[in-house]
Amino acid sequence: MKILVCISNVPDTTTKVKFVDELKKLDVNGIQWVINPWDELALTRALELKDDAANGIQSVTVAHVGLSTSEPTIRKALAIGADDAIRVNTESGDAYSVAAQLAEVLKNENFDIILCGIESSDHNGSTVGGMLAEFLRVPSVTCVSSLKFENGQPVVSREIDGGKEGLSLPVPFVAIVQKGIAKEPRIAAMRGIMSARTKPIKVYEPQAIDNLTEVVNYEMPKPRAACKYVDAENAGQLIDLLQNEARVF
Amino acid sequence: MAVLVFPENWDGKFKKLSFELVSYASKVADMLGDQAIVVSIGNVEAGELGKLATYGADKIISIENSALNALDDQAYAGMIAEVAQKVNASVVVLSNNNTGKALAPRLSVRLKAGIASGVGKLPVSTTPFVVNKKVYSGKAFANVEIKTPVRIITLAQNSFEVIESPKPVVIEKSDIQPDQGLMKIKVNDVQKLAGKILLTDADIVVSGGRGMRSPDNWGPLVEMAELLGAGTACSRPVSDEGWRPHDEHTGQTGKIIAPNLYFAIGISGAIQHLAGISSSKYIVAINTDKDAPIFEAAQYGIVGDASKVLPKLVEKLKEIKSK
Ligand SMILES: Cc1cc2nc3c(=O)[nH]c(=O)nc-3n(C[C@H](O)[C@H](O)[C@H](O)COP(=O)(O)OP(=O)(O)OC[C@H]3O[C@@H](n4cnc5c(N)ncnc54)[C@H](O)[C@@H]3O)c2cc1C
Repeated sequence: MKILVCISNVPDTTTKVKFVDELKKLDVNGIQWVINPWDELALTRALELKDDAANGIQSVTVAHVGLSTSEPTIRKALAIGADDAIRVNTESGDAYSVAAQLAEVLKNENFDIILCGIESSDHNGSTVGGMLAEFLRVPSVTCVSSLKFENGQPVVSREIDGGKEGLSLPVPFVAIVQKGIAKEPRIAAMRGIMSARTKPIKVYEPQAIDNLTEVVNYEMPKPRAACKYVDAENAGQLIDLLQNEARVF
Repeated sequence: MAVLVFPENWDGKFKKLSFELVSYASKVADMLGDQAIVVSIGNVEAGELGKLATYGADKIISIENSALNALDDQAYAGMIAEVAQKVNASVVVLSNNNTGKALAPRLSVRLKAGIASGVGKLPVSTTPFVVNKKVYSGKAFANVEIKTPVRIITLAQNSFEVIESPKPVVIEKSDIQPDQGLMKIKVNDVQKLAGKILLTDADIVVSGGRGMRSPDNWGPLVEMAELLGAGTACSRPVSDEGWRPHDEHTGQTGKIIAPNLYFAIGISGAIQHLAGISSSKYIVAINTDKDAPIFEAAQYGIVGDASKVLPKLVEKLKEIKSK
């Protein structure tokens, strides 16, 4: 079995975002780019599954839509342990165009399990995985919190309201993963970093695909009112304020 | 033309989230001068469909089939797309919850419709069609133009008020059937926690962080939540340590919630934690460190030790209850 993990490149989660060009563009000055946290967990899980020979995973590939400037992110994924990578050489547009570019490449490949993170921490779309599944016309499961093999077959569990559902489905499929899929992201070891330099990255030229959406501009959230303090000795007063001033219960 | 909305049902019943969705769709329909049409999938209890009319639905199309009681992304999206084409929908509204996240992207491809997810307000304008959505996990907002004739919106939970605007409604049983060939998912088992308030549904959430010091100290926090009818949550290190279950973890890599009131108790207010809770209407911080960043996000604060403050709050709440 072959696993593919889609990775996106996002500003480090502690970044204080700023916008330029009349609030039309993200100010990329000084931004540290990282693998989207969910994708990093997806990759970690794929590698854990490959480590257990009984699962029969031949390879773990990562795929990314972006210009060569995002190659450090791909190299990082290779350093963590992916075997090889695919990059579609175009500036990543909206979710639809990213998914469409990936689908164009993947329809000629034969991956059994495709993993995507539940959302990217930049545009919080939660859309690329599902779109990719639809373009490829394969089943998908969303909000997957566990992926393992039982008797050589993949089984997933997904979060539903108030609990969990255990599911099985035939490959190929797309699993859109969230919390629980892996505990801690795997970190690149020295040996991984060395070997990442020589692992293959296949670069594909993009198709002509239009974005369906466009950001008109960004806005910063309105500042919140200053905090009103209640004395710890008199904590009960907080309940009065919440009840009579904020009127939240 | 129409605004089509998909409010899912839970074991045959609709709830507040469904009504938020229908209220929203009805207001968008007003803006466009179109009808609000509901598509319901799966078996629902008698009288439930009628409830949706209270929130402004003009027409309800119900696809009932007991094979549809578990979500199958592909089959469900196929049916909603079919209805959208039939009613000539110009906007399709879903929730930005687990179900909406599963279906909206597939619909986008099927209908070649641009999508904006996690929208919290009515469209900014309809020509061009622009909506405002949260980006960078709440650190900013974006006005997004959807350029296609059909647009898909997923509505952030608890962001739009339920509005009653009863209308005479037409309920139509649809003969649309799922494409059996697409139904590939087999449900092996279902585990549900009875009685637990779902975090994403809760109006009030009481959340503890590492400042709670030990898993044994959660008693008064849980008691306070019970008195308030609130859900319980925690920061990531707390669930990583196994002090609290994983489904309580809020933040960038956990649940994203928007309750009316969020208590952050012994939580420092790291940017990744705020990413999950910053849309709360009110945030209350209880922390020994007066400089903890959580106070910058909070409207009410107590600088103090959780183990001393919580019992006082519990006592006060009991006093109110007994009146
Ligand atoms: C990629 C990434 C994703 C992340 N995602 C998340 C996420 O989704 N959710 C999340 O929560 N974190 C997340 N984190 C971790 C985050 O950065 C913080 O480390 C975490 O939120 C801190 O948890 P805390 O506030 O409980 O603990 P701490 O930061 O240790 O804070 C404890 C607080 O308790 C106070 N305190 C101590 N004793 C008491 C007492 N007796 N009474 C009252 N207050 C007391 C202290 O003053 C302190 O402010 C993420 C980090 C990364 C890098």
